Amino acid sequence: MSSERQPAGAVVHAPSGAEGLLRRYVFSTDHKIIGLQYFFLALAAATIGMILSLGMRFHLVWPAADLPFLAGRLMTPEQYLALVTMHGTIMVFFVLTTAPQSAFGNYFLPLQIGTRDMAFPRLNMLSFWLTLVAFLVTMSAFLVPGGAPISGWTAYPPLSGIGEIAGPGGGVGQSLWIVSILIFCVGSLLGSINFISTTIDLRAPGMTLTRLPLTVWAWFVTAILSLLAFAVLLAAGVLLALDRWAGTSFFLPAGLVVSGELEVHGGGSPLLWQHLFWFFGHPEVYIAILPGMGIVSHILANFSRKPVFGYRTMAFALCAIGFLGFLVWGHHMFVSGMNPYSSLTFSVLTLSIGVPSAVKTFNWLGTLWGGKIQFQTPMLFALGFISFFVTGGLSGVFLAQPALDTTLHATYYVVAHFHIVMGVAAIFGIFAATYYWFPKMFGRKMSEPLGQLHFWLTFVGVYAIFMPMHFVGIVGGIRRYADSTGANYLVALQPLHGFMTVAAFLTAAGQLIFFYNFGRSLRKGEPASANPWKATSLEWATTSPPPPDNFAGCFPVVYRAPYEYSVPAARLDFLPQHLPSVPDAVSQQEQGHAG
Amino acid sequence: MSSLHVRPSAANRTPKIRRSERPRTRNRACGSAAPAFLAILLILLVATTVFIFAARLYPAPAPISFDAVRIDRQYNLTLYATGVAFVLAQLGLAYAGVRFRDRGQNARFVRGNVALEIFWTLLTLLVFLGLGMLGRKAWADARFTPSVSGALQVEATTYQFVYAFRYPGADGKFGRLDPSLVNAPAGNPLGIDPNDPAGRDDIVVSELTVPVNQPVELLLRSEDVIHSFFVRELRLQQDAVPGMVIPIAFSASQVGQYEIVCTQLCGLGHYKMHSLLHVVSQAEFETFLHQAVAP
Repeated sequence: MSSERQPAGAVVHAPSGAEGLLRRYVFSTDHKIIGLQYFFLALAAATIGMILSLGMRFHLVWPAADLPFLAGRLMTPEQYLALVTMHGTIMVFFVLTTAPQSAFGNYFLPLQIGTRDMAFPRLNMLSFWLTLVAFLVTMSAFLVPGGAPISGWTAYPPLSGIGEIAGPGGGVGQSLWIVSILIFCVGSLLGSINFISTTIDLRAPGMTLTRLPLTVWAWFVTAILSLLAFAVLLAAGVLLALDRWAGTSFFLPAGLVVSGELEVHGGGSPLLWQHLFWFFGHPEVYIAILPGMGIVSHILANFSRKPVFGYRTMAFALCAIGFLGFLVWGHHMFVSGMNPYSSLTFSVLTLSIGVPSAVKTFNWLGTLWGGKIQFQTPMLFALGFISFFVTGGLSGVFLAQPALDTTLHATYYVVAHFHIVMGVAAIFGIFAATYYWFPKMFGRKMSEPLGQLHFWLTFVGVYAIFMPMHFVGIVGGIRRYADSTGANYLVALQPLHGFMTVAAFLTAAGQLIFFYNFGRSLRKGEPASANPWKATSLEWATTSPPPPDNFAGCFPVVYRAPYEYSVPAARLDFLPQHLPSVPDAVSQQEQGHAG
Repeated sequence: MSSLHVRPSAANRTPKIRRSERPRTRNRACGSAAPAFLAILLILLVATTVFIFAARLYPAPAPISFDAVRIDRQYNLTLYATGVAFVLAQLGLAYAGVRFRDRGQNARFVRGNVALEIFWTLLTLLVFLGLGMLGRKAWADARFTPSVSGALQVEATTYQFVYAFRYPGADGKFGRLDPSLVNAPAGNPLGIDPNDPAGRDDIVVSELTVPVNQPVELLLRSEDVIHSFFVRELRLQQDAVPGMVIPIAFSASQVGQYEIVCTQLCGLGHYKMHSLLHVVSQAEFETFLHQAVAP
């Protein structure tokens, strides 16, 4: 190692070796442990969310199936809608927000900037525990009388605001949903403050902004989005809770007659909730996907053995997407009753966000171009991410135009679009990150053949689920319908639904390979060296897994840009950021491998 | 953009290796079937998608209004533009994987290319904003001026899980509504005030009947939660929001019967909230009004 320097910032406290097991692995303030806690929480949530989606897919094709494990042996429409609501809530909040940002960001941001821990380790621990409590509160909605809420993850009032009278799940279940979202918001706000402070204050000497790995850029921008977006959702959630519990009328207008009863509310606006919700909700999409973009850039450079094409453009595009992400929420509301003039403004802004997104895609292709591409599992998932991002991004060009949204809105086309671009692409980012960083996190490599098999099954399976879904939507198949008896034309779409359901079950079965590989590699995987992928960034400058203080007292100094692969005249095809000069780099690296 | 620390000079940039000169030794080392397999899958994806669109296997139903025809035109334009981008990007990804797979060659050391990046930034800006500009008119004509003089006004009220359509009757005026008078079992689902003479001849029915080629202004409202009005053939969808009256306009040009569905999650009966739009000749419309009043 090149330096004995301590990282800047006295707030970082030294972990003491004398702490007990509980303190070390459960109530830990170590960012790596917290990252893993977030990771396993997200893994559990993803598994539950996936099972819920299988329940929905099953019901859509066999609505009259006899299900002995349900009280009534038949799935009711409200149970179906509870699955819809809970699947969305769990996946968006506890998987797509938690895994890419909180899990991998927590684990790798301090490592990649060469510091010992997050700026506020105790706050970090609090963020995780709040998130866990929020998750448990969400899940408890299944157990209460009336069941889980049925108003969707978007919880539009009045349906979500007037209690049980509007339908089952509108009582305690909906209240628990709001409470859990409020807790989650607080956890995310604390987390984002931590990410921002850490990135700004605790970078290793020499780690200038233009030497940050693009993952760090992505986590940094995402943290800013989280800070601004979750603050608004927190406020909106409080108002909705007041409408339910305190008799206020922020979102409930006068003259509501629900199930024949006149409500006492008056003066509120249902559209206000939609504005507030989507002011959070659209940035949320980018909170889910930006870290994946960073991870993909990072992995693409590593496995193409080339610098990221247009590094500065890529960092700038992340910022541009983050900024524009706050100006486009109205495209969720083209047919909501919002002023039709503002639709055109939101349309133009939404189409403009396609520009930095497309630029990123071009630059990814530019990174591959002329490379020496190694097709290991992390790289395959990164390439899969690009394919899904292109597909899902382009289907968004339709929805960005209000004239076209007027037929596609609320159909399965939208479901296909956001699942591909925000769900699956983000999950491919998570898988890429898991396969890529597993050796660093656990000191062992995951099985390559099993990883590849997992990739092929998932890649094919996901397209088999979601490509036909576009066509269901184009014909006019409406989302959130418990079955297709409501309109005559829906019956013709049943064969497509059958195909998608079979594909969903097969794809879910394919995930068992991942779990098997993960569990097996934890115990029996091939031991990993410090830098198994021959990568350049700082997380590879320490042992696998890293010691509690990350760099065993030798904190790195940064000498160069993050993606110095295949530099002409260098003997090896990668120059780690922390090694002072090229000849040194070569000799030290060789010593490192020999030892 | 292209220079961070080391700007490679033309001299030390890795020379391009000709196929015959490439070292053969590592051909199998990293050479898995993965790049070829990925390429085949991407080609299959592109071919299947293009085929399904080109063969019109799952088309939207034929449009029945001028606005809908124009929306379809914009849809097709967008389909061509994004279709070309989809094919090029997926095939580009497939090509890059196969062409630049590790065969023991050296990667080219390139940090970026400012000219290229400016080019594709401007290109996407032009395509995306161009599409947006071209699509403006279809939206503006359909939505900016819902009220046409001489339009037939019909009020559409939604409540869990029913549509109620109200025609103003012979006097051309809707009677006053009072939420406290709403009583569906007693035959007053809308809460029409019996003391308002304008409301006495109002016609309330559960299906929408309109004359062909007649501009219609639909006044959408909701009594309880948010519902929606969607007719595929009109390419027309609009939420009905409690506390608001939202006007939408259409003029159906083909006689027929079309399905009205709710697209906004409104509770457990959402999936069966359904009605019909009957587009009929002027004569049949008169008969309909007459019969609706008679009983």
